[in-house]
Amino acid sequence: MILICGLASIFFVVLIFLFLAKEGLAVFKSVSPFNFLFGKSWYPISEPPQLGILPLIFGSLLVTLGAAIISIPIGVACAVYIAEIAPLKIKEILKAGIELLAAIPSVVLGFIGMVTLVPWVKTTFNLPTGLTALSGSIILAFMAMPTIVSIAEDALYSVPKSYKEGAFALGATHWQTIYRVLLPAASSGIVAAIMLGIGRVIGETMAVMMITGNAAVIPHSILVPVRTLTATIAAEMGEAVVGSEHYFALFAIGIVLFIISFIINVTADLFLHKPR
Amino acid sequence: MRNTQRSQKIAFFFLFLATLLIVVPVGLIVVIIIQKGLPAINWQFLSDIPRQGMRAGGIFPAIVGTFYLVLGAIIFALPIGLLAAIYLSEYAKDNILNRIIKLAIINLSGVPSVVYGLFGLALFVVFLKFGASILSGSLTLGIMILPIIITTSREALESVPQSFREVSLSLGASKWQTIRHIVLPNAIPGVLTGTILGLGRAAGETAPILFTVAAFYLPQLPKSIFDQAMALPYHLYVISTQVPNVDEKIRYGTALVLLSLVLFMNLVAIIIRYNFRKKKKW
Repeated sequence: MILICGLASIFFVVLIFLFLAKEGLAVFKSVSPFNFLFGKSWYPISEPPQLGILPLIFGSLLVTLGAAIISIPIGVACAVYIAEIAPLKIKEILKAGIELLAAIPSVVLGFIGMVTLVPWVKTTFNLPTGLTALSGSIILAFMAMPTIVSIAEDALYSVPKSYKEGAFALGATHWQTIYRVLLPAASSGIVAAIMLGIGRVIGETMAVMMITGNAAVIPHSILVPVRTLTATIAAEMGEAVVGSEHYFALFAIGIVLFIISFIINVTADLFLHKPR
Repeated sequence: MRNTQRSQKIAFFFLFLATLLIVVPVGLIVVIIIQKGLPAINWQFLSDIPRQGMRAGGIFPAIVGTFYLVLGAIIFALPIGLLAAIYLSEYAKDNILNRIIKLAIINLSGVPSVVYGLFGLALFVVFLKFGASILSGSLTLGIMILPIIITTSREALESVPQSFREVSLSLGASKWQTIRHIVLPNAIPGVLTGTILGLGRAAGETAPILFTVAAFYLPQLPKSIFDQAMALPYHLYVISTQVPNVDEKIRYGTALVLLSLVLFMNLVAIIIRYNFRKKKKW
């Protein structure tokens, strides 16, 4: 009985993949895998439907890249501050604050982004609409940061004390110790933290759907509306007829997302448990 | 020497600045939602059905729907999650099977929430013919929070010292008696923390319930687990993007109710954990 429950997680992973595959692979009867992944137009309800997800992949990549550029330096710096510099009391408060940020539902962040960030982006860059990849990147950066901060902080914390003492004994300042000794020693944990943060960004749905403008075209700048893989599923599944090509195509996008998250999580796990 | 001191000061200043860049917006978000949402909160808002195409009235059906969904998810996920954690911490040996189980848990926790929604649609709604219902939504959310419950419960179980088990076994207790009467009671606060965190996550997620349960507008309470239901996060999404001209007050009010619910659960979890760590004698 207990063994069965232990196996439940494997069972569910396999089940998820099977059901995605069962519904999603049917799309390849009407479009080849190559044209599906690299087709430049996504018009699922035109006749015949054009099911190329390249614009969606670009949308996801652009938003994720933007979020990574914002969240990685800030997140790692914050982790260093919490792990090394903050006094004990402030450290506890900061950690609770980070946990708080992680707990805010994505639809609430999306809502706040809509009412504050979107108008700001619109007026600052003088655009016809503030629903852009940039707005999405900024909000997503906030969703990635809790993951990056808490895992990177753990990694810094688990560097043996003797490394630090050794560096101090050689006359290094605290900062020199941090960036010459602690950061390199914790590097594999920090890489894992960044990967998991990015994994969260790629899979994020609601906030992205609410503030990136949902235009399924290949973006040429960060200041135009885009549509991500996740938002496409969420926005279109409601209208897709069960058993239609459109329905199968949305499941095929699900397979792509599942595989991306699988690769990211397994690689991050390898980094986390790399023997020292 | 002066140079290195100065570069240290500059570096520390930037690290501090980065921290502020995270903490200040978080504080602002919470303050803005409280400030603009609080005027909307009154008894009528919490206990009435939405009226005039969701432009007036209250959010009671959404609150009830979220309550049912979260309850259903936990009824499903807690027993399986706890037993899985007991297996991993008490019985599992370090072999290839258990390596795969751990990998599966990690992977399960990383699957995007919208993919859970697709899975719930394909398995529960279409294949098992539950339709869009509270049952389908609860099961989908339950599978989503399973990794949270397994991971935290397992940590709680593993933090019970080995010597407790050895003493119990040496007194002639069986393995299961030891787990039931010695290990579990000492791990309860940790398990509880994980459960509440899971509840909070389930209450706030939108994407998994989009196609498995959520009703756009349903001005009545669900009567059975095969009914559709409204839910708070989906309701917030609907009134902020799908319905034009909704009073800002209602949007902020809904956001405030959802945020308070989720943050309250997280706060309870943090407090339990804190008290537990303080009391712990080993």
